[in-house]
Amino acid sequence: MKESEERQDLLPGWSALVVMLTIFAALSVITLMTLLHGGDDHIDPEAHGRVAYGPADFPEIDFEMQLQPHVEEAAGEREAGTFTVPPPPFSDDFIFPCSECHADLETDTERRELEAFHEDIVLNHGPEERWCLDCHNTDDRDNLRLVSGELVGFDESYKLCGQCHGTIFRDWRAGIHGRRRGYWDGAKEYLLCAHCHDPHAPKYKPIAPLPPPVRPQFLAQAADPESEHAEAEEGHEP
Amino acid sequence: MKKNGDPPRIDRRVFMAGGTTAMAAIAAGITGAPAGFIENLLHKNFKEISPERLQRIVQEMEADYTAKYGKTVTVSTTGAQPGVVFGYGLDLSRCVGCRRCVYACVDENNQSRDPQIHWIRVLKMDKSKGIHLEGSDPYYDPEEVPEENAFYMPVACQQCSNPPCTKVCPVEATWQEPDGIVVVDYDQCIGCRCCMAACPYGARHFNWAEPEIAADEVNPDMHYLGNRPRPKGVVEKCTFCIQRVRKGRYPACVEICPVGARKFGNLLDEESEIRVLMREKRVFVLKEDLNTQPKFYYFYAT
Repeated sequence: MKESEERQDLLPGWSALVVMLTIFAALSVITLMTLLHGGDDHIDPEAHGRVAYGPADFPEIDFEMQLQPHVEEAAGEREAGTFTVPPPPFSDDFIFPCSECHADLETDTERRELEAFHEDIVLNHGPEERWCLDCHNTDDRDNLRLVSGELVGFDESYKLCGQCHGTIFRDWRAGIHGRRRGYWDGAKEYLLCAHCHDPHAPKYKPIAPLPPPVRPQFLAQAADPESEHAEAEEGHEP
Repeated sequence: MKKNGDPPRIDRRVFMAGGTTAMAAIAAGITGAPAGFIENLLHKNFKEISPERLQRIVQEMEADYTAKYGKTVTVSTTGAQPGVVFGYGLDLSRCVGCRRCVYACVDENNQSRDPQIHWIRVLKMDKSKGIHLEGSDPYYDPEEVPEENAFYMPVACQQCSNPPCTKVCPVEATWQEPDGIVVVDYDQCIGCRCCMAACPYGARHFNWAEPEIAADEVNPDMHYLGNRPRPKGVVEKCTFCIQRVRKGRYPACVEICPVGARKFGNLLDEESEIRVLMREKRVFVLKEDLNTQPKFYYFYAT
């Protein structure tokens, strides 16, 4: 008699059975919903990574990266140390040589805010310590001036920058700092410091990123611009 | 080395190959199949075939691709240069996370546009947490980069010297070339994806569907172990732009990088950029503890 009562206790009662059934039903519903929704329920509806973009969506970026003809010509020689630098990046508004205007102008060496001309140049490169004529040469405006008094052309402006930024200059010459194009074992194209850094405000300017990859959940419909996900995502219009 | 006196042994592989050859020859003779038929059927691993045979296969590829894409396609077979092992450097203190490299890679290497395949994945990480792969975000999309308090870590194939992916391949369809580039033979790959499971860097990608590339977007400058179009059901990965670097050019990602964070060169040349930065800068490899011995070196120039 006592033994059978104990056995009764080992079996689950009605209440326990109901609880277990409820849990089972809930799990079934969740699984079913996940299957129906393709498992993307946990993705924030605002989240990126729903549309597939390709390089062709960004015609403004030159992905082909053709080398300059003279770099390509030098390629056959495979001569390490054949380095070329494209011309300095003068702004479109002002025409080089500078002396074309400055030859007729009287030189005012006094430190001042520029008003008549070049007023768009904002000096954010140690503005307290530095002024135009620390780098630009007073008597011959077509050259830059090193601290030693030696004149260098705009196509050799790295010498000027290297006076202060010695470690970066060393890295640049070794090819660790800055961009290089061409042949890893031969002719290369370097850039001047000024191609990436505005000498008057040298901090690298933020740029817009290209779009993120498609999340695995959306791979199937990501390339179809008519899909609802594609419509939901904004930006990166080609 | 076999001793000279050994009698010739026919093992299973030779027997099967011989049998298939005979059957293919008979089949082709009966049906009058096109010239490439036998060549395709007997296609052995690229590692094993003779240079002449490789040339024939590659010429056939060129003809096929030229017809398919309506422009002259060249498939290079340039081998590894002696005395060259490629190494790659990436400056984490410069990378701004702009993803130019991701799309230049797609443009150069003929990845599928739909479904999308990217060989490079840029991970955004929190500066205060340091390199924390689990907490990284590859889907960031702000107006401008770099963002405040974030740094970016692009990850692609690390070109391991001790690659776990090549060891697990049951059909030897992936291997390391003498210049250190880990390549895939797309004709030999059976799509089992063991290599993807073995790779600790998520650098291998599978063609779940027939890759789609518009004919005018195809890069016609191809290499048989690199950027030639892949069929459905095979694995692909970064090859350091094998079609470019074997000609001496820098990889496409190196040249597109607007901040010059990517460096490339010959590890056996003391004067090369990669060796200079390994000497001068603080360098590390990803998941060093796994002993995969990557040839992809992350560094901090500042």
